[in-house]
Amino acid sequence: MEDKDNLITVNIDGHDLQVPAGTNMVEAAAMLRKEIPHYCYHPKLSIAGNCRMCLVELGMPGRDRATGEPMLNEDGSPKIMWMPGPAIACGTKAAPGMHIKTDSPKALESREAITEFLLINHPLDCPICDQAGECTLQEFSSKHGRGYSRFIEEKNVKPKRTRLGPRVTLDDERCVLCSRCIRFCDEIANDSVLGFTDRGSYSTLTCFPGKELANNYSLNTVDICPVGALTSTDFRFKMRVWFLTEINSIDFETSVGTNTVVSAREGKIYRVTPRRNDEVNDTWMTDSGRELYKIVEAEDRLTACSVAGEETAATEAIVKASETLRGGKTAIVGSGQCSVEEQFALKALAKSLDAVSVDLVARYGEDDGLLMSVDRNPNVRGALMTGLIDTLPEERLEDLGSKIDSGEVRTVLSVKEDLTEAGLSEEQLSKVDIVFLGTHRNATSEKADVVLAGLTQFEKSGTVINQQFRIQKFNRVVPGPRGCIEDLYALSTIAANFSDEKFPSTVGSIWKQLAGENSQFSELSFQSLSDQGQVLDGSAFEHLPFREGKSLHFEPKREAVAAE
Amino acid sequence: MAIHPREKRIILKYADEPGYTPDIDCYMRHGGYVMLKKAVGMDKQMICDEVKNSQLRGRGGAGFPAGVKWSFVDRKSGKPVYMVCNCDESEPGTFKDRQIVHKDPHQLIEGIMISCFATDCAKAFIYIREEMPKGAKILEQAIKEAKEKNFVGDDILGSGYSCDIVVHRGAAAYICGEETGLIESLEGKRANPRIKPPYFPAALGLYMCPTIVNNVETLCNVKHILEMGAEEYAKIGRPNNTGTRIWCVSGGVKRPGYYEVAGITLGELVYDICGGPKEGRTIKAIIPGGSSMKILKNGERFKGKDRDGNEYDWGIEDIPLDYDGIAAAGSMSGSGGMMVLDDSVEIPVALANLMAFYSHESCGQCTPCREGSLWLKKITTRMVHGEARPEDVDLLRSVADQIEGRTICAFGFAVAWPVQSYLDKFEDEFREFAQRHNHLGGDRTAAKELACNH
Ligand SMILES: Cc1cc2nc3c(=O)[nH]c(=O)nc-3n(C[C@H](O)[C@H](O)[C@H](O)COP(=O)(O)O)c2cc1C
Ligand code: SF4
Ligand code: SF4
Ligand code: FES
Repeated sequence: MEDKDNLITVNIDGHDLQVPAGTNMVEAAAMLRKEIPHYCYHPKLSIAGNCRMCLVELGMPGRDRATGEPMLNEDGSPKIMWMPGPAIACGTKAAPGMHIKTDSPKALESREAITEFLLINHPLDCPICDQAGECTLQEFSSKHGRGYSRFIEEKNVKPKRTRLGPRVTLDDERCVLCSRCIRFCDEIANDSVLGFTDRGSYSTLTCFPGKELANNYSLNTVDICPVGALTSTDFRFKMRVWFLTEINSIDFETSVGTNTVVSAREGKIYRVTPRRNDEVNDTWMTDSGRELYKIVEAEDRLTACSVAGEETAATEAIVKASETLRGGKTAIVGSGQCSVEEQFALKALAKSLDAVSVDLVARYGEDDGLLMSVDRNPNVRGALMTGLIDTLPEERLEDLGSKIDSGEVRTVLSVKEDLTEAGLSEEQLSKVDIVFLGTHRNATSEKADVVLAGLTQFEKSGTVINQQFRIQKFNRVVPGPRGCIEDLYALSTIAANFSDEKFPSTVGSIWKQLAGENSQFSELSFQSLSDQGQVLDGSAFEHLPFREGKSLHFEPKREAVAAE
Repeated sequence: MAIHPREKRIILKYADEPGYTPDIDCYMRHGGYVMLKKAVGMDKQMICDEVKNSQLRGRGGAGFPAGVKWSFVDRKSGKPVYMVCNCDESEPGTFKDRQIVHKDPHQLIEGIMISCFATDCAKAFIYIREEMPKGAKILEQAIKEAKEKNFVGDDILGSGYSCDIVVHRGAAAYICGEETGLIESLEGKRANPRIKPPYFPAALGLYMCPTIVNNVETLCNVKHILEMGAEEYAKIGRPNNTGTRIWCVSGGVKRPGYYEVAGITLGELVYDICGGPKEGRTIKAIIPGGSSMKILKNGERFKGKDRDGNEYDWGIEDIPLDYDGIAAAGSMSGSGGMMVLDDSVEIPVALANLMAFYSHESCGQCTPCREGSLWLKKITTRMVHGEARPEDVDLLRSVADQIEGRTICAFGFAVAWPVQSYLDKFEDEFREFAQRHNHLGGDRTAAKELACNH
């Protein structure tokens, strides 16, 4: 009777609940919106069971020893045999008829005890601790602590401000020895460099001799450290976390499309952290992805539009760009860094310009089997699904080069791409008129007749389609420099200049068209797209030789072609 | 050591005989390896049944029936089964396994090989305490000799059964003796005990394979069970408490030492065999089974009803010296390390000493034991150094209560039980001690140093 779909019934604080067999009791309670406090338990790591914060009372239906028959109460209900001592909820897997009490006096008393123990040797330095405001110890202490101290002894002294690696700083006195960071390095990053030395209350987290915590995932240890022991050397002391506004975004590093949260205050970004998506990145992200926000205020940022090297207002630059493109024989170089909406607008523009060619520039790198894929463009699949391109892009624009050489192409609109880096020569560039829409100075922007200063992914909203054909949205975090123009607006306005119809220029209005035009996007809208994204049917592109290998939650459909 | 006439020596029968040496020839002259020869011709299950029927219980601490433990081994996993002999012997007050290893190593090897054969183990490991370097050498030598005679190794005595023994030097910590900590250590890691569930050694032990962990003395008994037959063996001692036990007596007695006995009372051991308290002293209390076990107070009455419903009312000397007898008195026989405290001992000082040990030995994995044990040490050390406060007595109990039953391994009990039982039995002494050592404002340097240096 219990085994329907492998669901079993457990009872938490008197409420029956159906859960898949084997669910641990922290997760089971969460389904009832009951938080069983925990430090060492992490849904994506092995169970350590060391903090003992999640202690609950545990009982199972009794069976008569002699007959093996279930024991019953007077009212016929199963008699629950409660264990004499508490059990850890994180290490207790749901079994048929299991009962737990998460808020009984015994459970509450256990929590008080653990909280007291964790605090006696803790420096209680919240006022100068970076974790304050997002510290599990702080939260649980106020929720489950006694509120006074019985400890009059000297506290232990441990190393402070230890450099664990280039990006992570450790304060051992704050460490609650939950071993999450160690398990992360062992189990996820496959880089076992952390461990405890010494014993008992003197146990000290440290890096193995001669090693450092330097892998590209090291900052995840900072995310999962429940206290202020591990801090990001970059973010340390920059901003109190309660001042930060958190906006959901997507990592643009690769086609994996790691879900992120970008934290900012008053127009300035302070950090990027991962956002849980069990189908994409679990709770992890790369260190390199966290650095990306620095492009916003980079030295070489284009902060104003220009025509022939002279700064101009954006509106003027758009007019000038339209004029330049009107010259005809135009080639378009789009980008896998653009959003679906921008690619859609670019496609419309290509059509009305009757463009000679439309290219994308491929970026490939080494994959790491986790969250860095071979394809370093976040949205090549968007370009395919919007119909901007129909084959996989090349790394070098050789075709375009010969078209310029032969005079077939006289004008190039490059969105985000540096044509020199994509293989075009100085000579080739000097033969064409160039309109460049991008965010940072490069050889192409230097050469361009018209430069439209665009926005980074942190300054606009949109969607990208990852390697799983999962469409995911990112949102504006900060406004961007004053002289810049939203890429989508620029493209739409130019497109409108070339056609009789009014072309939509906002993400919302583009979606109305997208949803109407393309069956793949129908029934979708930017507004309704969930924060976990949605997988689209990419079967039409399955024949393409995508190069990505396996990543955390992606299996290539076909043999990945090794990057040459 | 001279053998006391009241002893009943089986395990240590020859160990202290003049001229008895640890080499294989000597062992074989004394009937060694005859039982292994017999065993390899027997049905494996029959040997297991014999061990079960003998009611042999573990000698390492918890006293779990060995035959039952063997029967728990997961046979369906398809993985090899390992045998681990726990020779970490580090419970304070315990020094029996050392005698066996040093003086009669082949007896242990024979016991291990019979047990391995019976349970079809693929390999055996002897995890020997790091501080027994000589013992490790002796074992290595003994295994070499046994291999030459084909008692260990490939195709043992032509039976088709092969099994090797590996001697592994321990990692020099008390917690290495806890069986899952031992397994981690054997795998080359820190001896952090594992959580149970799921890591019961019988299913997920060494290298995640089914594993049997038994104490040295336990495994030695297997040989004698085979020799005597389960029925005959079970006649030694009382039902459920069969066989002899080696007691290690230390502290305030005239003749401390190790004594192998069966079917006697605590009083007979302490007064008759060990000669009672030292001149001019009286016995104040006895810790029966290693420092982790609850203390028994001299003068206390131990009352209750036994399993069969018979009432008992014992003084400390009447307590039957076995698992059930000591359990009926509210403690445990543990590892057999008996510590006698005479009236020269101040109980709070003894507790401070013990807490220094436990706080130093906690592996530090789980919060209550890690933090609680050091806190207990800091409090007791401070009390001993003249900074006691009246409220410390209740604080000690509360901290111990917050540890007990909430930890990953039984070390938590080992810390909490002494505190709880010393306070139960000697609360007045603690309160009086706290009064007497209340020199607040005095120089705290010594106390701080002792409490905070590890
Ligand atoms: C903290 C701690 C230390 C222990 N140390 C030892 C030891 O040194 N030797 C030993 O045989 N058992 C020791 N044990 C008991 C073992 O965990 C295990 O129960 C025993 O080896 C099983 O063998 P047995 O069934 O033959 O007694 C210890 C247990 C704990 C909790
Ligand atoms: S540094 Fe943080 S994550 Fe690592 S063990 Fe300490 S508290 Fe846990
Ligand atoms: S109870 Fe103590 S020794 Fe055992 S695992 Fe926990 S901290 Fe380690
Ligand atoms: S969460 Fe730490 S023991 Fe369960």
